[in-house]
Amino acid sequence: MGDYSTETISHIDREFISDLLRKGERLDGRAFNEYRDIEVEVNVVAAKAEGSALVRLGNTTVVAGVKVLVGEPYSDSPDEGVTMVTAEMSPIASPLFELGPPKEDAIELARVVDRGVRESETVDAKKLCIAEGKKVYMVFADVYPLEYDGNLIDASSIAVNAALLTTKYPEMKVEEGKLVQTGEVLSLPLKNVAVEHTVAKIDDILILDTILKEEFVQDCRFTMAVDKNNNFTAMQKGGGSGPMSLELIDQAMDMALEASKDIHKVVDDAVKSVE
Amino acid sequence: MSPETKPDFLISPEGLRIDGRRTDELRPIELKVGVLKQADGSASIRQGKTYIIAAVYGPRELHPRHLTLNDRAYLRVEYRMATFSVPDRKRPAPSRREKEISMVVANALKPALFLEEFPKAVVDVFVQVIQADGGTRCAAINAASLALADAGIPMRCLIPAVAVGKADGKLLVDLGDEEDKYGQGDVPMAILPTTDEITLLQQDGMFKKEELLEAMQMGINSCKYLHELQKEALRRAYVKKASENGDEDDDDEDDDFDDDMETDLGEADLMEDE
Repeated sequence: MGDYSTETISHIDREFISDLLRKGERLDGRAFNEYRDIEVEVNVVAAKAEGSALVRLGNTTVVAGVKVLVGEPYSDSPDEGVTMVTAEMSPIASPLFELGPPKEDAIELARVVDRGVRESETVDAKKLCIAEGKKVYMVFADVYPLEYDGNLIDASSIAVNAALLTTKYPEMKVEEGKLVQTGEVLSLPLKNVAVEHTVAKIDDILILDTILKEEFVQDCRFTMAVDKNNNFTAMQKGGGSGPMSLELIDQAMDMALEASKDIHKVVDDAVKSVE
Repeated sequence: MSPETKPDFLISPEGLRIDGRRTDELRPIELKVGVLKQADGSASIRQGKTYIIAAVYGPRELHPRHLTLNDRAYLRVEYRMATFSVPDRKRPAPSRREKEISMVVANALKPALFLEEFPKAVVDVFVQVIQADGGTRCAAINAASLALADAGIPMRCLIPAVAVGKADGKLLVDLGDEEDKYGQGDVPMAILPTTDEITLLQQDGMFKKEELLEAMQMGINSCKYLHELQKEALRRAYVKKASENGDEDDDDEDDDFDDDMETDLGEADLMEDE
């Protein structure tokens, strides 16, 4: 996640991994554009959360939960609900994560995953309005990494999408100034779904879905959110300060477009499993 | 309070933008180097109504110590917005947005710096947004890069940055506030002008791949122009200093250097006495 390339890593490791890449190989034998095995389990917090999903991406595991609450809209958008995604890097997931308030890398994780949801307008904010200017639904999707072996962003993006797509919540209305349930159960009003793909740059080589050892030696990473119509809805270059040429970015975008079909299918299959 | 209304259009039928600019035209930019006397280096930027000051302190001793890097200096960037810089009062505590921007600005600047010259030290870059009117992270990079040069931090080149975006289906360079808020997307970027490599890249909104490639090419072109403005600002500051003081300037600098040496020796003597 963070800029681990600046942490103390043996130069031997760095050379070993980059030599291997130059031979066209990765530590775990995958192709450069190949994701690890992905398992998605939805409704893992069925009793308390309105939506939830557990995602295993190789040895990286995250759990995402969605809470739908009723609150007041922001003054500049009185007829729009609120969607918010947060993520933490809890110390349970890795000896590299420390206790305490979120640091830059945790904030970046949360904001990058959030942007993937919000900028692609996954949830139609206008349809989250109960009474204009007074009551709107507020959708909170929170991600907790449980096990960290690289590529938290993509794992979190899959988990958040699977959780949002399977969210069910009670319909509310305002009656005589009071908030009451109508008895109906709703699914979230969806507009557009995008999944995030992260490539790491090591020397002049791009690889998808890094494991931790690869993240340690990356020059930087580049995350792209792609919707089902091949639109890019969010991007972020981070995870180190290595610069990237326009050619490499072009190549990275092709990798994301190609991988996107499979990842969308993984999410859709998980959603179908409970329908 | 400055109430905001959504404009009817962002691109006029004549193809001009809200403030009369062409699609590939930057806002008026004013760069000044050496605007703060206390800092080791400083610069200010006015880009349209956006106004930002950047100051550099260091290389100096790093606190807290556990952040120390043994093979290079730590580049610490703190991007902060003044409470009055936006239409509503911003809460004074640093927001998550500010923390993220601090990090991406540091990442954008780092490839230009020879931080390995100062192991264990810190180079502090403080960016204060006085007035925000769109494109603040890019303007911050433009100013911070000049402040680093003004502080004499060894560097490969200056880093120019610009936000490209989309409104009414057209690609635009250097988004203003309304274009950012009501447009269809935003791609802030920074480049190493020596190699055209990209050091900052973010995006929101909706773009096809071809659009993004075109946007980035527009961004690179604008960054090159900005780079000329940066060099000119630096030259202005230093040519002026030299001509004001004439030859004496050199002598002054030598004196400063001697002073430094003496302090160092003084400290060493004390240590030995103990």
